[in-house]
Parts: sequence; structure tokens; C-alpha cells
Amino acid sequence: MNTTIMLFLVQDGITNGAIYALLGLALVLVFAVTRVILIPQGEFVTYGALTYAALASGQMPGTARLALAMGFVAFVLDLVAARKSLHGRLIARTFLTNIVLPGIVLAVTLYFAGQKPPVAVAMALSLVIVALIGLSLYRIVFQPLAHTSVLVLLIASVGVHLALQGLGLLFFGAEGQRGPAVLSAAFTAGSLRFTGQSITVYGITIAFIVGLWLFFGLTLYGKALRATAVNRLGARLVGIRTTLSGQIAFLLASVIGALSGILIVPITTLYYDSGFLIGLKGFVAAIIGGLVSYPLTAGAALVVGIVEAFSSFYASNYKEVIVFMLLIPVLLLRSLAAPAVEEEKD
Amino acid sequence: MQTRLPILFFALLMAAIPFIPGVPPFWIVLLDNIGLAALVAMGLVLLTGVGGLTSFGQAAFVGFGAYTTAVLSTAYGLSPWLTLPLSLLVSGLLAVLLGVITVRLSGHYLPLGTLAWGLGLFYLFSKLEFLGRNDGISAIPPLSIGSFKMLDPGSIYYAVWVGVILSALLTMNLLDSRTGRAIRALRRGHVAAEAFGVHTPRAKLLVFIHAAVLAGLSGWLYAHLQRAVNPTPFGAQAGIEYLFIAVVGGAGYVWGGVLGAAIVVILKEVLQSYLPLIVPGSGQVETIVFGIMLVVLLQLAPGGVWPWLMSFLPQKANGRKPDTSLTLPARVRASGEAGVLLQVEKARKQFGGVIAVNNVSFDVQAREIVALIGPNGAGKSTTFNLITGVLSATSGSISVLGRKVDKAPPQEIVKLGISRTFQHVKLVPDMTVLENVAIGAHLRGHSGPVSSMLRLDRTDEAKLLAEAARQIERVGLADQMHQLAGSLSLGQQRIVEIARALCVDPMLLLLDEPAAGLRHMEKQRLAALLRELRDGGMSVLLVEHDMGFVMNLADRIVVLDFGTKIAEGTPATIKTNPEVIKAYLGVAA
Repeated sequence: MNTTIMLFLVQDGITNGAIYALLGLALVLVFAVTRVILIPQGEFVTYGALTYAALASGQMPGTARLALAMGFVAFVLDLVAARKSLHGRLIARTFLTNIVLPGIVLAVTLYFAGQKPPVAVAMALSLVIVALIGLSLYRIVFQPLAHTSVLVLLIASVGVHLALQGLGLLFFGAEGQRGPAVLSAAFTAGSLRFTGQSITVYGITIAFIVGLWLFFGLTLYGKALRATAVNRLGARLVGIRTTLSGQIAFLLASVIGALSGILIVPITTLYYDSGFLIGLKGFVAAIIGGLVSYPLTAGAALVVGIVEAFSSFYASNYKEVIVFMLLIPVLLLRSLAAPAVEEEKD
Repeated sequence: MQTRLPILFFALLMAAIPFIPGVPPFWIVLLDNIGLAALVAMGLVLLTGVGGLTSFGQAAFVGFGAYTTAVLSTAYGLSPWLTLPLSLLVSGLLAVLLGVITVRLSGHYLPLGTLAWGLGLFYLFSKLEFLGRNDGISAIPPLSIGSFKMLDPGSIYYAVWVGVILSALLTMNLLDSRTGRAIRALRRGHVAAEAFGVHTPRAKLLVFIHAAVLAGLSGWLYAHLQRAVNPTPFGAQAGIEYLFIAVVGGAGYVWGGVLGAAIVVILKEVLQSYLPLIVPGSGQVETIVFGIMLVVLLQLAPGGVWPWLMSFLPQKANGRKPDTSLTLPARVRASGEAGVLLQVEKARKQFGGVIAVNNVSFDVQAREIVALIGPNGAGKSTTFNLITGVLSATSGSISVLGRKVDKAPPQEIVKLGISRTFQHVKLVPDMTVLENVAIGAHLRGHSGPVSSMLRLDRTDEAKLLAEAARQIERVGLADQMHQLAGSLSLGQQRIVEIARALCVDPMLLLLDEPAAGLRHMEKQRLAALLRELRDGGMSVLLVEHDMGFVMNLADRIVVLDFGTKIAEGTPATIKTNPEVIKAYLGVAA
């Protein structure tokens, strides 16, 4: 192999790895706070990407309607849950967040749908739509299950994945889509060509890692989230609303997922079901990071990206096998290094 | 047996279904599919629901079973009946191979490990030449008895359901036995089970193999039902589906697996055939509805549908009192159980920079009650863990009857006649008191998994339960014998732990805060029991905070503070020792 190919592969790997890092971070976040292994993370990616692509090509994405529909279900659930102590403020608040907000977003989307909005508008709209879906998802599916075991949460997560993937096909069709680049500048350094898109990917990944680090280290909400992750009951006893923590986690995860999608859809064609495998690789990274450490997860994601780039060059048939088999020795090492945590805490 | 009767009814019902006039042949096909899925789910019930080992990889074992018979009966012309044991053997052997690696994974790594090799094996099935790559293998011969060939779904129906019902019976037998109790204790962590001699990695491997063999059986049946195999039904998607069959049905219950299979298979079928009538067009709607229904089902019955249904049935007071006239042979006594039983010499335990136990020395003689006291964080429980092999000492030595046991695992310590209770109660809450206590007698029974499945263990089992019942009566909990351990008060649970420890027939009993949570009268009864045990020849080493209790009971007291021994002597001397008073009350009182 010559250096050019190698450098090219490494660059490709780092770009993919950065995306996996973002997804891995989101998975770690959600798992730590809610104990949900977020399999539908992949759907956040495709929803973000395909909504963006649809808007950019002047189509009306179905996800905007889904956000309103899910908001409506969440609204009803909120009312039912609080039926014994209904008061005006509560109704107004849940009405605002669950009905009015998605309603406005839907109206704005409808307004822009026919006229190919600028990239920034399409991006912002897609992010907001997916964020709303993520928020309602927590309220509808996972909040009522918050007390159950990791296994039940995982299976619910699989159910959500199936439903969202099916909806994805309904909304976006079976054909793959590409979106316009976020930044179209490009420059070359030596034999490598850096596109604006890949620079954006690096920049946003780094910004997110630093941002999350600051959020968890310095803000009260961040600390509350960490407290919930360590001990739900204890967090509740000191007045942290664990529901709020769950909502924040899902909000962040859906925004990160959608953003990753928007970042890669100009580079690779995405299909309605591409998200699962992309999410799974972020997952591999998160696992290597032990589902707790952000910097380790980010590092592992880069390794996964690079291994994938090299194996797709040398043994494209076995690309997926190699990436997933990478897991087994790592898992073994981790288990041996940190042996058996006593007592299952269900 | 009362629990066998409903199964007999169920078997008769299933046998009768094909003869009911007007049953559409299509129902039989569905029932075949339910049976095949139920076999795999049943294995997962044992593995995941009971044993706590989540596996996404079961579809791969179905694949092993199916491909083994497919290759052998087509390429080598073996009779399908001959390939049955071979299919099971291949699944079982590969389970050993994968299990040895996998069961070592802890926590969340385990399900991911299974997902990883599940994906890997799927790709392998679709790449290997002799397995027909993506096309698979076709023209597999049907099952036949004499000249009767099971060509249609209606005739193989019986083979499938005989398999399901037999497997369910064997699995239930296994769970209700000495080995079964060890398996059921797995999910609650391994420390307690190991303290009574259970070899937990072996127990995990056992359930892993059991689940794989059931999956292999399902694969063998599948191959002869479809008469063709290809990689698709053995992929990760299928692995996940089996897992949610088990969870939907009720992951802790054998029949939950069967019910879950029925729910999921029928639900999918109904959605596939009726949904297009309501919502014409896209075939994807069924996946959406299926996903949503799965979530709704979990929200309505997070524990699964089977336990939810069972809660509507009247609760029978189950369990007869075991026949306590049966006795177990006593533990084999070593010579020297009359002198120094336990000698701790300069034991030291460091966790990083923290010295939890700092060069502590003391001993326990025969027929003696020794108390280990000290303020919180003094290193008492750590000392217990050093003695029982849960932790190994950084330096120093611990000997039992003059033999060094520094590196011995908990399973070896208990064989020497040292049994213990835990500061934080470690019982299995969803097992009865009797079953929990019987774990204590684990080493005094000898029936293995195979004899348990075939119910050849009944005399052994009756003796174990008799011993457990005797110890429960001894500690005064006879009325609670058949209650679930989790339903008892914390104080009573501590007493159950003592009964469990007594089942070892120990020479030395280690009690970690036995009186915590007991009422005054209960404490007095406990003290009387411990004296009686001592007078019967047993020694007791106990950690306790209740000074009144300790001072009235102990023959000798060892005081620890910040990991260091600061005093040792009779209760009278300890009471007036200035060092001790300082440790408890701060600067000299």
C-alpha cells in the first residue's frame, strides 16, 4: 500500500469515527441517565438526515407531522397521569410543549416545504423536528417504564426501533437520499483533500465533546444528570426530577443523532434503514468506552472508524464482521480488568 | 403432583387440536412455528430470566442445529433420527466453546458479546461453501417413521409439540432441584452462592448449554419442517426476536416462553394478513404496529404476560412440609476440630491507598463464641471476607485447623466447615425460605443436572429439603417456610441466612451483624440459639454493634479500629479498656 492510500483511509476513518464518537457519546449519556440502551439512536440519525435532505430538495418531510402526532399522545398521557391533580398551569405547560410547539414547527415546515429553504434553515428545522420526536419518545415509551429492568427497557427500545424504522420507510420511501453539503469550501494539504464537510464534522464533534464536558462538570443540570445516573432514588430524595433528567438525556441524544445524520448525508447516501448499523457502530465505541467514559468512547470511535475504513478497503465482504468481532477481545479484557460487579440492581 | 396436572391437560389439548373438525390447516402451521419459537424462548427463560445472562445470539444455535442435520442428511444421507443427537451435540459443544468466553463477560458486556458473535456467525453461515452460502441447503429429507413420512405441517406437528412439552418438563424439573437452586441464585450475584460451594461459572455454562441444546432442537425440527435452510432466519434480527418473545411472555417462567411465542407469532400473522385490508398499500405498516404493540404490552405487563395472567388465578398455598425424619449424612469431620479452628495471623488488606485491615491477628478455638467489634469502617466485614475467601489478603496468613487457606476460593473454605451470613442480606427474594435455606446444603447433596431433569434425584432432594426444614425449625421460622424470602422482614431474613449457614453442618459459624433489625425478644431467642450451638460443639465468630447482645453472649471479644486490632479479652476487660472507650466515644470518656 502506498502512503496516499493509507492517509486517505485514515482520513476517511477519522471522519466516520467522529460521527461514531458523537453517537457513542449520546448512547453513553442516555444509558447512564435512564438505563435505556438506545437502539433507536440510529433512527434519530436517519430522521435527521432524511428530513434535511427532503427539505433541501423542496419536499415535505413526514417527520414534522409525526412530531405533532407524538406530541399529542404525550399531551394526553400527561393529562391522564395528572388527572387527580389537574390545574391550569400544568395543562398550559404540557399544551405548549407538546401541541403548540410541534404545531408551530409543522406550520413553519409546511411554509418552507415548497421553496427549497437555505441550508441553515433546513438544518435548524430538521434538528428541532427530531428533538421534538426524541422528547415525546421518552414521555410516551420510557417514562412509564422507568422503574423496570434494563432488559425490559432494552426490549422496549427494540420495539421503538422497529416502529420508527417502519415509519421511516413510509415517510422517505425506499430510495437512498443525499443532502447538500453544509460547507462547500475545500482545500488540499499535500496529497490529501479536506472538504468543508469533513472539517465541519471534526469541528462539531470536538465542540460537542467539550460542550458535554462543560455541561456535566459545571452546570447544575449537568450535575443533576450525573447524580441521576449514579442513583435514581438518591437523586429523587434530594429533589432532582428524574423525569426531567430523562427528558434532557433524550433531547440531547436526539439532537446529536440528527446532527450526525445531517453531517453524513452529504458524504454518503442514506436509506431509511441505514441508521441501525451506524448506531450499532457508535454502540461498539460506547461499549469499548465502558458505557461510562466520554473521552474513551471518543477515542474508541476513532479506532472503529479507522478499522472499518481499512477493512472495507482490504476485505469489504467481511467489513461488518471485523468491526463487530473487534468487540469480543475488548469485552473480555474489560471484564477481566473490572471483574463482576456484585448484585444486579433491578 | 398437583403441578403436573395442568401440563397433562395442555398436552391432551394440543394432541386433540388437529382432530377438531374445521380447524384450518393454516392454524397447524402457526402452531408448528409457535412450538419452534417456544423451544428457543424456553432456553432463554432459563438463561436470561432465571440465570440473568442476556443473550442475543440464540438464533445462531438454531442455525447450528439446522445446518448440522441439513449437511448430514443431504450430503451424507444420514437418517434424520440419527442426526438429532448430532445436532444437539454440535449446538451443545459450540455452546461450551462460546460459553467459556462469554460467561466470563460481566454486566452489560455479556449481551453485547452475544450480539457480536451472533452477527459474526450469521455472516459465517452465508459465506461458507459447504453450507451453501446465501442459498443454503435444500431437499432435506422429511422425518419418517417406517414408511410414514412427515411431509406436511400436520404430521410434524406432533414431533414439534412432543419436543416442546418434554423440554418444558425437563426444564421445570431442572429448576426444581439442587442444581436449579444454584441456577436461580445466579442472578442475585455470585458471592452468596459461592459461599455455599456453588461453582458459579460452571452453573452459568450449564444454563448456556441447556439453552443452546433447546435452540439446536428447534433448529433440527425447523430443518425437517421447511426441508430447506438458508442463513436468514439465524441472523441477529431473529436473535433479538427470540429475546423479546421471552420477555413478552415472562422471562422468569418456562410457560412464559411458550405463551410469548404464541403471542408474538400470532400477532405477526394477524398483522400480516389483516392489516393490508385496513391500511392498504405499504407492507411496512405491520412492523410499525408490531413495534408499537410490543411497547404497549411491556407497559401493561412489564414482568411479562404469563405472571400477569397467573395473578388472576387463586393462589394455592403450595408446598408440603418436607419429611424431617430423613437425614443427611453429617459433614466429614477433620481431625483436630477440638483445638484451634481458625488462626488469623497478621492479615492485611489494602485497597489502593486504604488499609482496610492492618496486620490483624486473632484466633477462634473450638466451642467458643468470639465477637469482632469496632466502630463503622473498622474492617470487620473485610476480615470476614478475607477468612471466607471472597477477598484475598495482601499479606499475612489465615489458617483453618492448622492448614493455610490464604488463596482458597470460597467454595473450598465452606468445605472445611466454615459457613457465614452477610451484613447485607443475600437471599434470593423470589425463592421460598425453604429453597433459600436448602442452598446451604448444596455441598451435602450430589445430584447433577441430568439426574435432576429425569427426576432421579428425588431421594437426595428429599433429604436436602428435610435438612433445610430442620434448620428452619431450629431458628424458629417454621411458619414462614413456604413464603417467599423477599416477603419477610429484614430481621427475619437475617435469621433465614443463619438457617442457611447451619445447613452446611459447620464447625465455625461466621455471623455478620445477625441481631440488626431484630426486636428485643428475637435477640434473646437468637442469643439462646447461639449458646445452644456452642454447647453442641460449634464455634461462632460474630460481628455485631449491639453491645448489650455481645457482652452477654461472647466468650471473648476482639476490637478493631481503623483496621487495627486495639484490644482483645473477655467482655469484662473490654468494657473497661480505655482504648476501646476512646475508639467508640472519642477522647477518653
